[in-house]
Amino acid sequence: MKLNKLHIGNLFLVTAIIMLLLGLGFGLLAAFIYLYPNFLKDSIGFISLRPLHVSSAMFWIILGATGCVYNGLRVVTNKPITNRVAIMQWLLWIISIIGIFISYFTHQFGGREYWEFNPVWALPIAIAWLLFLSNFYSHINNVRKWPVYMWMWLTGLTFFLFTFIENYLWLFPYFREHFITDMTIQWKVNGSLVGSWNQMIYGTAFFLMDRISGTKKVGKNNLAFAMYFLGLFNLMFNWGHHIYTLPTEKYIRYIGYIVSMTEWVFFVKIIYNWKGAVSDIQKHYHYFPYKFIMASDIWVFINMGQACLFSIPAINIYTHGTHVTVAHAMGTTIGINTMILLAACFEFLKPDLYKETSLKALNRVFWFLQISLVVFWTSLNIAGIKKGLWQLSNPQSSYSKMMDSLEPYFITFIIAGFGLFVSLSIIAYKLLKHSKKSIFN
Amino acid sequence: MKLKARHTFFILSALFLIYSVSIYLKPLSVNTDDRFDKTAAANGKLVWQKYNCQACHQFYGLGGYLGPDLTNILSQPGKGEALVKAMLKTGTKQMPAFQLSEKETQELIEFLKSTDASGSADPRNFENTNFGMIERYETK
Repeated sequence: MKLNKLHIGNLFLVTAIIMLLLGLGFGLLAAFIYLYPNFLKDSIGFISLRPLHVSSAMFWIILGATGCVYNGLRVVTNKPITNRVAIMQWLLWIISIIGIFISYFTHQFGGREYWEFNPVWALPIAIAWLLFLSNFYSHINNVRKWPVYMWMWLTGLTFFLFTFIENYLWLFPYFREHFITDMTIQWKVNGSLVGSWNQMIYGTAFFLMDRISGTKKVGKNNLAFAMYFLGLFNLMFNWGHHIYTLPTEKYIRYIGYIVSMTEWVFFVKIIYNWKGAVSDIQKHYHYFPYKFIMASDIWVFINMGQACLFSIPAINIYTHGTHVTVAHAMGTTIGINTMILLAACFEFLKPDLYKETSLKALNRVFWFLQISLVVFWTSLNIAGIKKGLWQLSNPQSSYSKMMDSLEPYFITFIIAGFGLFVSLSIIAYKLLKHSKKSIFN
Repeated sequence: MKLKARHTFFILSALFLIYSVSIYLKPLSVNTDDRFDKTAAANGKLVWQKYNCQACHQFYGLGGYLGPDLTNILSQPGKGEALVKAMLKTGTKQMPAFQLSEKETQELIEFLKSTDASGSADPRNFENTNFGMIERYETK
């Protein structure tokens, strides 16, 4: 097979969609354990299902972002990107994913939260990322006057590698022996890693806006650059808002607090400016990419409001360690990242929907997805607020009694989760159905 | 634009590196705590990760949501070392029984001693201060 026949960006996107499907399945199984504690308890159990769900979801985002950057780079440089380095990068990811999943199924853990696999599987990921970075650098030399999304991609790529390595400092006893420093670094890493892939995904959103509007104005205006630097500033310094209750240095918490308050402000404004610039013809031509970008816009607004509120420590004390945090994580992962990635998948994979499927039917799925997410997000928030009030109550009932009182919200969250599973699976199926054509030119 | 963007990028990156290094150096200025064995506690952290306890439990409100926060489990009234050991052996409604070796159990306990010695994670021990910030008013 000739390398130039293979579309590496789309290969990454298709791999990412498969991870999305797996993540949905594992997530649904894990959610059942909230209602039926004995469900799969003595076999795979929650201790495996949770990392299987979280890792699959993260790989959906990371591989999806990788696919978007490769697709974008192909357009910006106007030349094919596929080469041996890119193929090797993809193979290293596949080796790592298989190893990680086997280790989860066989209860061979060793890493810390969100990266629970044995650290040995982090090595192929780190090498794959080095190859990605070198491939990116080798292709951008001749591009003049970088639009903002190229800066965002470069930032995401660079800081992901830095924080991913930092994520393994606990391997050294020097760090591990100091619990508070170790926890501080863990949440510094978590904050910056999310910021890194957000740079890649939001960069893709800007790229798509330029492409859909056909103006190339979004990626080069001053406001977009201001927004980018604000995002970068937050990636570097806002993570302190995760650890207000940790007895670490005051300045870390104050920096986290102050920087968090600057978050998101420009992003919404840019999207609204862009919305006005898109004509009806362009909306029709890029129908689903446009729809998913607009959905992400609404979810940015909702999550921005929530994030700004609970980045205030006096409010954070009520929500910290509760399902409000889960609602926020799900709201941003599904509502923002997944919506932008789906917009990109529709744009780059170009599924032939107009011939086989009535647009009306897929539209219904789109709205079913949004409604399911609203119910899902709301039920988690209510459960979180109830737990928050319990945490501050005096005298306090037992933990298990408090969890039992949350059952109605967990039932709602599972039903809504099933709605997300169905709607996202239908969309993923439609995208995958014709994917062979989009991978092999 | 490119030149300006590049300068801003490097300045912010330099600040980020300085901030990161200042955090990495923090252990050098921390006094030794004799309430627990530092090496055994560090090994206990590996036990915690090996059995993926973080899937369900939290420290300082950070971790899973199925089980309770364990930061101060050893010093909470009615709880303590014996209860932790019993739970590990028998399991609970949701938690499976874990087959930890004696050495692993002791290292895990030592790790929990270190989390307990680090401070109180109870949100009721905080008060609002200036500009919406919170501070611990009850220190262990």
